[in-house]
Amino acid sequence: MTEQKEIVGLTRDQMAQRCALDIHDGSYVNLGIGIPELVAGYVPEGREVIYHTENGLLGMGQPPEPGKGNPELINAGKKQVTANPGAAYFHHADSFAMIRGGHLDVCVLGALQVSQTGDLANWSTGAPGAIPSVGGAMDLIAGVKTVYVITQHTTRDGEPKLVESCTFPLTGLGVVHRIYTDLAVIDVVDGQFKVVELSPGIDVDYVQQRTGATLIPLADT
Amino acid sequence: MINKKVANVEEAVADVFDGATVMIGGFGEAGSPIELIHALIDQGATDLTVVNNNTGSGEVGLAALIKAGRVSKMICSYPRSTNSTVFPDKYRSGHTELELVPQGTLAERIRAGGAGIPAFYTPTAVGTPLGEGMEVRTFDGRQYLMAYGLTADFALLKGKTADYHGNVVYNKTARNFGPLMATAAKVTIVQAASVVSIGELDPEVIVTPGIFVKRVVAVPDPQHESTLVAAGVSYP
Repeated sequence: MTEQKEIVGLTRDQMAQRCALDIHDGSYVNLGIGIPELVAGYVPEGREVIYHTENGLLGMGQPPEPGKGNPELINAGKKQVTANPGAAYFHHADSFAMIRGGHLDVCVLGALQVSQTGDLANWSTGAPGAIPSVGGAMDLIAGVKTVYVITQHTTRDGEPKLVESCTFPLTGLGVVHRIYTDLAVIDVVDGQFKVVELSPGIDVDYVQQRTGATLIPLADT
Repeated sequence: MINKKVANVEEAVADVFDGATVMIGGFGEAGSPIELIHALIDQGATDLTVVNNNTGSGEVGLAALIKAGRVSKMICSYPRSTNSTVFPDKYRSGHTELELVPQGTLAERIRAGGAGIPAFYTPTAVGTPLGEGMEVRTFDGRQYLMAYGLTADFALLKGKTADYHGNVVYNKTARNFGPLMATAAKVTIVQAASVVSIGELDPEVIVTPGIFVKRVVAVPDPQHESTLVAAGVSYP
């Protein structure tokens, strides 16, 4: 037998799958690029969810079959998609009225950092010479009713991404409701991180050691 | 009799002048009026301020306009994209200035500009670097930033079908900024795959009413940016 590397915590797909459990039937949802995109594949059967993509489509479907795509039917990540029956196209002012006007129920985004007060940094590392690009991230978190973040608990170098206050340029203040990481599900409650759920085989000390702010542990039962 | 159809893309962009502000439709390649942009490159106008969500890809369309050195300022939300290699060089060398605007604020600024509204308040970007220097006002206990309406001298847009009055319908997600930009420019120029006679478009489905459009030009088989980029095309 070859030696296998120990897997600690959830995979990208498992994180998306966990988040998908919290997407309710009848929701209007915007999914960010990366792991958040995977959530659509795991929403439990029997729930009807309508996906919004901010470039102008409500009722976004799966990617087209190879060779069947249309370069004028794309998502916010500029990838070709399909439109489900009942879909609607609209211009950008309508699209961001849906976002800013509080008509979307949920958005799921990635993060560079989240603070214990729910501040989100996810658009720029502020590195000199980088080309700053923001897209619709600031609008989404300013307007969508519930903001979920899916992210690895730490950076590749092991630095905490859940921190007391963000050091990267902010996307928005006090906007994040819940964070799904490979190690835990954590809510932002009254300016603190509250552990809602630990991933299988993970204890709270392990998560605390990898978090840049004090966690409120799961209540003992 | 009103007939806004012009013979070709060269005629459509002939009066774009040096220093003009030009709104260019499209989100990524969807809705990008490549033939009008290429005609603008051939026409030679320079020192342009361009409003677009992105900065083009490869070396065709908007990216080719930037590469040709014609763009002194970009107003956009997402200049960093796959295959977007031209803009970073022009930005870092200082040739092309960047005004970075959140996507929804950019859309609303264009909508407001076209609707005769000089400024508005938005919750987007409060407390962020992109909100620095903007006027803050509190409504119902929440902070908002004042953003200015945006207008332009010209808009270059891509529709699916237009008629001689300048009524336009778009194609799928290629609609994006088109209907907004059409309202915000003094001279709105639309390339459409077909230009039809008056009465052929159902008034119930027209997206951009002709009052916002100055010129339409037929480009029956428009090119797609991704196809050109994949083929390694560099314009001109």
